[in-house]
Amino acid sequence: MPQAGTLDIQRLHKHYTVNGATLNVLENIELSIRPGEFIAIVGASGCGKSTLLRLIIGLDTEYDGDIFLDGRRIRDTGLDRGIVFQEHRLFPWLTVRKNIETGLLNNTRFSEEEKEASVRAHIELVGLEAFESAYPHQLSGGMAQRVAIARALVNRPEVLLLDEPFGALDAFTRHFLQDELLRISAEEGITMALVTHDIEEAIYLADRVVVMQPRPGRIKRIVDIDLPRPRPRNSDTFARYKDDLLQDFSAGAHAEEIIESNSGQPA
Amino acid sequence: MSAQESTLELPTARNAGRNPALQAGLRALRRGGAIIVFFLLWEIAPRLGLVEAAFLPPISQVLATGWKLLLNGQLPQHFAASLARSAAGFALAIVTAIPLGLAIGRYRLFAQAVNPLLEMFRNTAALALLPVFILFLGIGETSKVAIVFYGCFWPILLNTITAVVTVDPLLIKSARTMGLSPVRLFRKVILPASVPTIFVGVRLAGAVSVLILIAAEMVGAKSGLGYLIIYSQYNFQVPEMFLGIVCITLVGLLINALLVALEHRLTAWKRNGGEA
Repeated sequence: MPQAGTLDIQRLHKHYTVNGATLNVLENIELSIRPGEFIAIVGASGCGKSTLLRLIIGLDTEYDGDIFLDGRRIRDTGLDRGIVFQEHRLFPWLTVRKNIETGLLNNTRFSEEEKEASVRAHIELVGLEAFESAYPHQLSGGMAQRVAIARALVNRPEVLLLDEPFGALDAFTRHFLQDELLRISAEEGITMALVTHDIEEAIYLADRVVVMQPRPGRIKRIVDIDLPRPRPRNSDTFARYKDDLLQDFSAGAHAEEIIESNSGQPA
Repeated sequence: MSAQESTLELPTARNAGRNPALQAGLRALRRGGAIIVFFLLWEIAPRLGLVEAAFLPPISQVLATGWKLLLNGQLPQHFAASLARSAAGFALAIVTAIPLGLAIGRYRLFAQAVNPLLEMFRNTAALALLPVFILFLGIGETSKVAIVFYGCFWPILLNTITAVVTVDPLLIKSARTMGLSPVRLFRKVILPASVPTIFVGVRLAGAVSVLILIAAEMVGAKSGLGYLIIYSQYNFQVPEMFLGIVCITLVGLLINALLVALEHRLTAWKRNGGEA
């Protein structure tokens, strides 16, 4: 992957107006993500990390500053970006395969054969060949989330955004899918931005961890995770990263974990 | 449904074992037992003099009357007249209210603006308007089809609007991240997501269509099951009256069964099974 997948965020500000009062959700965000890089964004509730993803995916285009993908300013949703949310958001009336095909509805770049090949490849990528004609309600949470990942990737986007994708899953499934994500990241070679409040998950997966602070949402610091993969979760270095990052949280965590008053954006 | 039940029955059938006929009989008894008891009471009570047989003739007598009217062609004629009216009004309501509801639901602000008016119309009992319909449309077929149409129209319309307005916003957002155009979004997400709620309205309207039709036929008609009932009562032909009532129940059951089957097909994804 040469240049495609460079995400440049410059002087980004975002505010909501609630009952006449201005609420700063994001303040002066500066972040540059390299092609193929795996970024994790952590922070207490209300730090604007999910809002940041909403802006990058293009669901919300009212902001000040710039977000560039490969030098183009983001104005709308687009097939160069895929997103996976905490809830799988699959269409309950479609089978696994049809759900993944929905991702291609607006794709004019691919020929019919390429679409077919991409659907097949991504069903295989997430290991759901045996379930392609199952309906979402027949799947476990982890399987449904894998379908959501396949659907987000089926356009072969340059960036995959993940908004607490494993937050609702049990620990076993979560660890399994984290490994899957690493494998997918390696196979697809695309840029990944993961929002999580699980620090261990961030350290396990990311090349860099962006720590955000609430009120107003801003970047506190960015930590390079200089560990070879796979990263044993019980190693000393892993624990040091964890201690280091946890300190960012414990400082203000208690005060900030109050209910997110951020204008009712239900991520 | 049937597939599910048969898998559920399997273990018990095996345990109880040797006699499948007995099993089938027991199952039928469990499902139809209450109905059988009801008809037995209906048969026995007048015969034992617990109720006045002149007012409540035994079911066998009602059925015998039914057989007689079936042979002389009266019953099929009334039956067909009622069914045609109710089906025409109901079908008309479906083909107009669903598209209109989809259109209104798409424009949320418009939907909010017209909703109070629609609620008012919905709550104006259709039968209260029957004199108005007769005044404008006469006592012929038109007024009866029109009143059924009117009665069916509102539940379908209001449920369709609700269906569109309440589609899970998460699904819509998710579709937008895939770059779906508004038209595609509507066809591929909003429409299929609305089907179950629209069907609530359609089934409601199915029941309404029978109810309103019978009342309309009682007021002014020369055929139909409602006419059969009221005419028989005037002439003290009590078995004929009860026959009319039983037949209306059958029409209601028939319409409901058809709608359930249709709903089953349209929402097959809710149950098991592979590719639809």
